[in-house]
Amino acid sequence: MPAVSFQHVCKIFPTKRGDLHALREVSLDIEAGEFFGLLGPNGAGKTTLISILAGLTRATSGEVLVHGKNVQSDYQAARRLLGVVPQELVFDPFFNVREALRFQSGYFGIRHNDGWINELLEGLGLADKASANMRQLSGGMKRRVLIAQALVHKPSVIVLDEPTAGVDVELRQTLWQFISDLNKRLGSTVLLTTHYLEEAEALCGRIAMLKQGQVVALDKTSALLARAASNVLRFKTDAQLPSDLAVQARVTGRVVQLPANDALAVERILARLRESGVAPEDIEIRKADLEDVFLDLTSATPRPVKPAEVSA
Amino acid sequence: MTGWQALFYKEILRFWKVGFQTVAAPVVTAILYLMIFGHVLEGRVQVYESVSYTAFLLPGLVMMSVLQNAFANSSSSMVQSKVMGNLVFLMLTPLSHRAWFVAYVGSSVVRGLAVGSGVLLATWWFAQPSLVAPLWVLIFAILGAALLGALGLIAGLWAEKFDQMAAFQNFIIMPMTFLSGVFYSIHSLPEVWQKVSHLNPFFYMIDGFRYGFFGVSDTSPWLSLALVASALAVVSAVALHLLRTGYKIRQ
Repeated sequence: MPAVSFQHVCKIFPTKRGDLHALREVSLDIEAGEFFGLLGPNGAGKTTLISILAGLTRATSGEVLVHGKNVQSDYQAARRLLGVVPQELVFDPFFNVREALRFQSGYFGIRHNDGWINELLEGLGLADKASANMRQLSGGMKRRVLIAQALVHKPSVIVLDEPTAGVDVELRQTLWQFISDLNKRLGSTVLLTTHYLEEAEALCGRIAMLKQGQVVALDKTSALLARAASNVLRFKTDAQLPSDLAVQARVTGRVVQLPANDALAVERILARLRESGVAPEDIEIRKADLEDVFLDLTSATPRPVKPAEVSA
Repeated sequence: MTGWQALFYKEILRFWKVGFQTVAAPVVTAILYLMIFGHVLEGRVQVYESVSYTAFLLPGLVMMSVLQNAFANSSSSMVQSKVMGNLVFLMLTPLSHRAWFVAYVGSSVVRGLAVGSGVLLATWWFAQPSLVAPLWVLIFAILGAALLGALGLIAGLWAEKFDQMAAFQNFIIMPMTFLSGVFYSIHSLPEVWQKVSHLNPFFYMIDGFRYGFFGVSDTSPWLSLALVASALAVVSAVALHLLRTGYKIRQ
């Protein structure tokens, strides 16, 4: 049985300018123990999908199961299995860290939870902040408390919605170490949305890419990477690229990146640049990364992945 | 500890941590009312025989404080959690709509009774109303606080901003409490206004509560009890329905 199963999930938000289709027939399964990444540009429907899983939003049609429990009709069982870290940095200003964690345990019917709470505080580097009021904490500390709050009831499925947005490098390291540890040691399933492709590449075994509410790619991270042009030619220039190269180029400021699978392709590009009078600086050839796949897939017109193509 | 108890306790701790504002301040306000109205009207207004005006006013002020604070508790907690976004911590839990209801309304009753007891104790020095039927006092205090707590929950779910909440409080709750016979017996009003007052559910809460002190009231305490209990049933049903369907909180 999959840990999380999305089945033909649609979500329509009625707006003044007509219906907004946030999700169109999203179907995918996440197996128990997987570290799964959900990627996509802003507005692709990642947060909506997670909100439906968490019961914060209701799907217009389709159903979502957590270890076979329907998140609507059997919400109590489903929510006991889920630990959700919200994207927004929210907190209750009336309480300190330990109180917040004790109350959160209480809502799940757990009475004496101090052993696990201490472990969470320790693991997330919050031990010395246990009696600090939530208002006094920095943004990074609040983020850690959010994670601890999501884990008080030892959920088997951990959902993190953009957990590292605006978080410094050190915290990001602590955080991933902690989550990876839970994934490995306790076999927790992890569902992660992120903007940092590097992070998804390093952590996630499998990745789904969403665009305009549709799944446009769903595969093992390694398979997705293999899909991309295996090499990228990267250089800097201030000059205008010839139009045939410009269409395939990814330009960031002065940096130009072009897919170049083999030496012949590299030669062809360089020759073309010379003809057009473009002088490239700092030329290098690197392996394609997830960002290349991501841009490739999300810039194309979405072609939804049929549930039949979707396999673990 | 089951889920609702944790939420109930959290809601109590929430107002208790700012007790100066949520308990002490309303007690001071009630004392001011009693001093000023008592001073101006003592000897000029006689409502019941052998009951001084200040003694008559006292139970009304106690009940008014109970009701207003019960409403303030659930409504401000809910609207604050919505605006701050921390309601999400509750929404992610397996707590049922009944658990939410019991915890929010229960804590509102506790705050209402805490403020009411405070007002009663603090004003005892000015006048000592008799306490003919304490059970009636307790029943009306609890039912009234629960009714306003449930109403506050509805208002809190409905309001998206603090000023909508303030409008609910200032244009509905305040006029209904002030025009319910806290400061006067409705028998002293022209007949039309007596009839209007009989349509105000707050009138029955105050009148029934006062009956417990003096053993006399404008209308039968049994009728008041029946009406207040019915109103509580209706308002609770509405609040439970809104919580179950996730009105304005789960899209």
